[in-house]
Amino acid sequence: MNWESLIPLILFLIIIFCVGIWSGGYLKKSTSFAQDYFLGGRSLGGFVLAMTMTATYGSASSFIGGPGTAYNQGLGWVLLAMSQVATGYFVLMVLGKKFAIVTRRYNALTMVDFLKERYRSKWVVILSAVSIIVFLFSAMAAQWIGGARLIESLIGIEYTTALFIFAVSVLIYVTVGGFRAVALTDAIQGSVMFVGTLILLVAVIIAGGGIPAIIADLTAENPNLITPFGAEGTLTPTYVSSFWILVGVGVVALPQIAIRAMSYKSSQSMHRAIIIGTIVVGVIMLNMHLIGVFARPILPGIEVGDRVMPLIALEVMPNWLAGIVLAAPMAAIMSTVDSLLLLVSSTIVKDVYLNYVEPKASDMRVKRLSIAVTALLGAVVFIMALNPPDLIIWLNLFAFGGLEAAFIWPIVLGLYWEKGNKYGALSSMIAGVGLYILSDSFFPQPFGLHSVVMPIVVSFFVYIATSLATQKKVV
Amino acid sequence: MKKEHVKIANREAWIGVGLVIFNFVWWFAFAYGFGSKDPQDYTYVLGLPAWFFYSCVLGFIVMAILVTIVVKKFFVAIPFDEEMEEK
Repeated sequence: MNWESLIPLILFLIIIFCVGIWSGGYLKKSTSFAQDYFLGGRSLGGFVLAMTMTATYGSASSFIGGPGTAYNQGLGWVLLAMSQVATGYFVLMVLGKKFAIVTRRYNALTMVDFLKERYRSKWVVILSAVSIIVFLFSAMAAQWIGGARLIESLIGIEYTTALFIFAVSVLIYVTVGGFRAVALTDAIQGSVMFVGTLILLVAVIIAGGGIPAIIADLTAENPNLITPFGAEGTLTPTYVSSFWILVGVGVVALPQIAIRAMSYKSSQSMHRAIIIGTIVVGVIMLNMHLIGVFARPILPGIEVGDRVMPLIALEVMPNWLAGIVLAAPMAAIMSTVDSLLLLVSSTIVKDVYLNYVEPKASDMRVKRLSIAVTALLGAVVFIMALNPPDLIIWLNLFAFGGLEAAFIWPIVLGLYWEKGNKYGALSSMIAGVGLYILSDSFFPQPFGLHSVVMPIVVSFFVYIATSLATQKKVV
Repeated sequence: MKKEHVKIANREAWIGVGLVIFNFVWWFAFAYGFGSKDPQDYTYVLGLPAWFFYSCVLGFIVMAILVTIVVKKFFVAIPFDEEMEEK
């Protein structure tokens, strides 16, 4: 055990707890529990909004996996990662004010609420709720496994114990504090990520003897590392460009991101969030992937990509500082997990239970149920993460792409194209998800593109064609 | 929604689309325009290969400035809770 770097981590966890419990105080006074628990009472300011979007998005896969892949692929992977800068402004601009106004008018608390009011179709609601529960549940389980592995490798305790610590920490503040706690802790976690990656990058550059020396070392090892094409020359321009869809513009359709686009207070907070978000996402993405690349000459031969961040931090910095910086990946995982947990729970309580089981449930009942479902979900994920079933791992691979293929057109065209109707939405969801899973299983990378691109294009035309063909039916 | 508010919202969404396209073209043109030659012929800016500097570092700075200007100059603040009084 490495106490010197452990203390900052523990302090970090304590601060997070306090924020969670403090936000829980708001909920006690709440008059509209569901709105406050699942959406923080639509009161987020610009800074918190920008941070919670960034932190939710900068998940374990990009935070732990990203630098690891950059370590192996070189600057080409940093280039790919920079496509994510677009999320900083694109999501808020495109969903934008229309989404904020429309969701307020519908009194929508979740993305499914919006779809329900927009399309007035039971099947759209059921299909959306099912895809959210299935895909996000798997994504969440995968994140928990990542979180536990990180604690395991940092502190050197057993996987099960690590998982337990991780699960309990997240569960407490999410159950007690709801969305406000999630957003506020995200703001802290986002700031930690921002400052942490900045300090670490500087430390890595100094340890490597300056940027020119590092680049020279990389070129000497394998010149491909400093080209845009990856270590083996396998990153083609088409393939890398298609990530602009998967991790750039497609992100508007992720429920955990879209819900944040209905949670802010005013036009002013949205404007500020766009500016702050763009800068923060860009800095974090650039820094942490560059750290991965620059770590290579300093610490060659790291086999497991996930360990690049912890190892390089412990190598180039004093232990206590490494502890502070390593709170960053922890923060990234926690902030993704907490929002996914809350989202799955809101889908079950708000979208399924309140819509179809007991529409007239009292505020008190909703409150008990929300907290119970959140806690129960956490427990189930914990058990699954102890011994992850293959199905979960398989589903997780499809999670983000699948949600994007399902929701992008029903949301975007639903907002901006009045002729869009439920038939269009349903057929485009089915076409999107179905084609995505088929294409990913049987024809990965059609035409050199990432397998999410085709389903998104096809489901666009399906939405338009079906809506136009069924105009007379709905009236 | 009031007509002028719809107009504002639609225009801002299109601005978002325009920015992404600009961002993509900048990123792509510099990365593959300068990066597609033999690494021995690379030029360097601040120690980084020129393609990477222009595409990822400068490109990001340009986008951050552009987004700030666009939001400050062209985005219009509108109230969100207008619906009740209208209906």
